[in-house]
Amino acid sequence: MTVVAVIAQALLGSGALLALVRLARGPSLLDRVVATDTLLVIISASLAVHAALSRDPTVVPVLVVVSLLAFVGSVSIARYVGGMLMQSSTGDGGNVGLPHAAEERAAEEREARR
Amino acid sequence: MSVLASIADVVAAACLLAGAFLCLTAGVGLVRFPDVLSRMHAGTKPQVLGVLLVMVGGAIRLHGLAATWMLLLVAAFQLLTAPVSAHMISRVAYRRRHVRRDLLLVDELRDAEGRDSVYRGDEPADAGPQLS
Repeated sequence: MTVVAVIAQALLGSGALLALVRLARGPSLLDRVVATDTLLVIISASLAVHAALSRDPTVVPVLVVVSLLAFVGSVSIARYVGGMLMQSSTGDGGNVGLPHAAEERAAEEREARR
Repeated sequence: MSVLASIADVVAAACLLAGAFLCLTAGVGLVRFPDVLSRMHAGTKPQVLGVLLVMVGGAIRLHGLAATWMLLLVAAFQLLTAPVSAHMISRVAYRRRHVRRDLLLVDELRDAEGRDSVYRGDEPADAGPQLS
């Protein structure tokens, strides 16, 4: 069981590290929301693995809290991002036009790398 | 009895390892995929199948009815809440133009010339479609 614990926690830990990479790099706020959601799920899975392998049900109520917290957090940030008004930087309240699209940004990055 | 217990332990360990491996694939997908929708597609894998597998493994290993029911509750919460949050995030991502629309094969919110047919992209997320 120790071998299983080490392997499982290593897999979970590297998954959490990759989610942290996306959390740090993610170009938009929604990428970070997705990464945070995944990170919380990985944390709860890690707690469940620990509880299962040590036969210790103490942390099981924490799993319920963490899973509900992940849901509430991602939904509220999604609603916040959706409700944000596009305001112009000059302060005249004028229409700033469309937000910068992801495919345009990718094309600009490709141009810059060339 | 001990044979049965060791078989249960092996099944539980296999479930836990499979769930942990799904979490690793979610991390790899989060780093490598190009936009919000595909990252969410990769990132919700541990949320459904991985958490279900880990909860099954925990329910096999843990003694006592209370812990088993609570693990079942966590799995049911994940199954109920993952579609809701994924729907909201992907809706906002499309309207804020965080989706790589040049990579989409089918985009029913744009017409044949590539113009936005339903959403302009700068309206609040809870606004209805503005058909002009």
